[in-house]
Amino acid sequence: MRMNETWVNALVLLGLVAVPGWALMVDEPFTITLATRAAILALAAVGLNIVLGIGGLVSFGHALFFGLGGYAMGILAFHAQTYSALDLGFIQIEGSTSMPVIWLVAMGVSALVAAVIGILTLRTSGVYFIMITLAFAQMFYYFAISWAQYGGEDGLSIYVRNGFPGLNTLAPIQFFGICFVVLCLVLLLNARVQASPFGLALNAARQSATRVEAVGLDPIKLRLVAFVLSGAITGLAGALFADLNRFVSPSMFSWTLSGELIVLIIIGGVGRLMGPVIGACIFVGLEHFLGGLTDFWHIYLGAILLCIVLFGRGGVIGLLTGKEGAHV
Amino acid sequence: MSDPVLATHQLSKRFGALCATDDVSIDLRPGEIHAIIGPNGAGKSTLIKQICGGLRPDAGKIMFLGRDVSGLDASARARAGLGRSFQVSELAMEDTVLENAVLGAIGAGAGPWRFWRAATRTAALVERAEAALARVGLTAQRDQVVASLSHGQRRQLEVAVALTLSPKAFIMDEPMAGLGAEGSKALTGFLDGLRSQAPILLVEHDMDAVFALADRISVLVYGKIIATGSADDIRTSAVVRDAYLGDAA
Repeated sequence: MRMNETWVNALVLLGLVAVPGWALMVDEPFTITLATRAAILALAAVGLNIVLGIGGLVSFGHALFFGLGGYAMGILAFHAQTYSALDLGFIQIEGSTSMPVIWLVAMGVSALVAAVIGILTLRTSGVYFIMITLAFAQMFYYFAISWAQYGGEDGLSIYVRNGFPGLNTLAPIQFFGICFVVLCLVLLLNARVQASPFGLALNAARQSATRVEAVGLDPIKLRLVAFVLSGAITGLAGALFADLNRFVSPSMFSWTLSGELIVLIIIGGVGRLMGPVIGACIFVGLEHFLGGLTDFWHIYLGAILLCIVLFGRGGVIGLLTGKEGAHV
Repeated sequence: MSDPVLATHQLSKRFGALCATDDVSIDLRPGEIHAIIGPNGAGKSTLIKQICGGLRPDAGKIMFLGRDVSGLDASARARAGLGRSFQVSELAMEDTVLENAVLGAIGAGAGPWRFWRAATRTAALVERAEAALARVGLTAQRDQVVASLSHGQRRQLEVAVALTLSPKAFIMDEPMAGLGAEGSKALTGFLDGLRSQAPILLVEHDMDAVFALADRISVLVYGKIIATGSADDIRTSAVVRDAYLGDAA
């Protein structure tokens, strides 16, 4: 079966709206929450897909940015709900419960950390890059565990969901709407960037860094910009995820989450626009339905992953459209 | 005589006990094709890598357009005007022919820091890329994926990408390799016309092509230039005959 990729993409997005729409009509708020979870994980994986799928960099530490986004939300909201100022040493700032403010902070912090880590790691490649990104994420994980002021190992609960001008964010469907629109905007950005001169050069650098140098471009700089963009998007997803659960904990930094994001992309299709979205929907679906039947549902996820790696290098999108995914 | 476009001065590179480049001073003058020949393992590729910036020499310097470029990396030398084709095709295999040529146009033009408009829908980039593809005769393959091209077409594309850069000098590492008689004849004719645009430093094993094209030939053996001269000089040189050409010439 060969399908046009544009149609597949449209169908996936339509499906992602139809499920919560149906759930709203039959009054199943939990299903809306599941769809929101899928949209947010998809957003995080879209961020990772920019470096992994287009740039060819297997970052095994993207939970770091997810966690940073989560803690950015947690810390700002914590100070807002306790009416205490956040003391940064040189300046004292107020907390915030406004989503746009929190998103900007989450993306800014993630981008900054991504820039620093990128400068330190992007000269390595292959397994060294995988290990060094993992090491950075683990550093933040253990730091979060020991950071008693913000809950340490127990994490931090936020009692009220943060606000968005003009919306009631506590209504599941409205919060889903926010996440879905953010996802669509980032997908649009991703599509444009992928086709832009920057995306073309980044994609070529994955296939042959020597070629890119020979036309006068610096592959390391291209990868650094991609890493910063990627970190900011995954950070934004982390802030939304924390808002969904109204809870932040060190587990947002955990390496299993980094691994899950990679798995999402491989299931959906590496380097494909909708790969992360399909992957996230399948992941959340399996987690819910199989997770209800057995605690060992990851076995089935593993089997699916195995089949895709062995028989369909392009992931689900590759199976539907008959095109292979990017080689990393 | 006009100043050389590109020159190496006493270039040396050792790998342990092996002297891969031994005090090499060669130059490339405007409008000429300067061929470097030598047996396998003579250090031709090592020399090319040092000139293009992929490998740092232990001693000596490289002058390009009157400027010392020894300290620049490969991408900076490309920006300075050094166009290059590779012995083993270095192309984005999953991309189309046009996208590969557009990559060159991006390097030559406004650079990669544009994030919104599609590269293959930007008129300036596509025009530049298509002009280069037309010159090497790949217009019909423009939307084909590089992986599906024949070996010869990939070599042509390598040259086309170099052309998009409008370089001040070409460095070509065995462009004829694996082309077959017809293909190398066509490429020989093409390179012959190209020298008026920019001089070519040509590393090549195909002796027919070298003797047909080269204004000057340098012979590299064990990292050392043992002779430099016109095709006739080299053909009749006893030193070269002993070291390399044998009975073939």
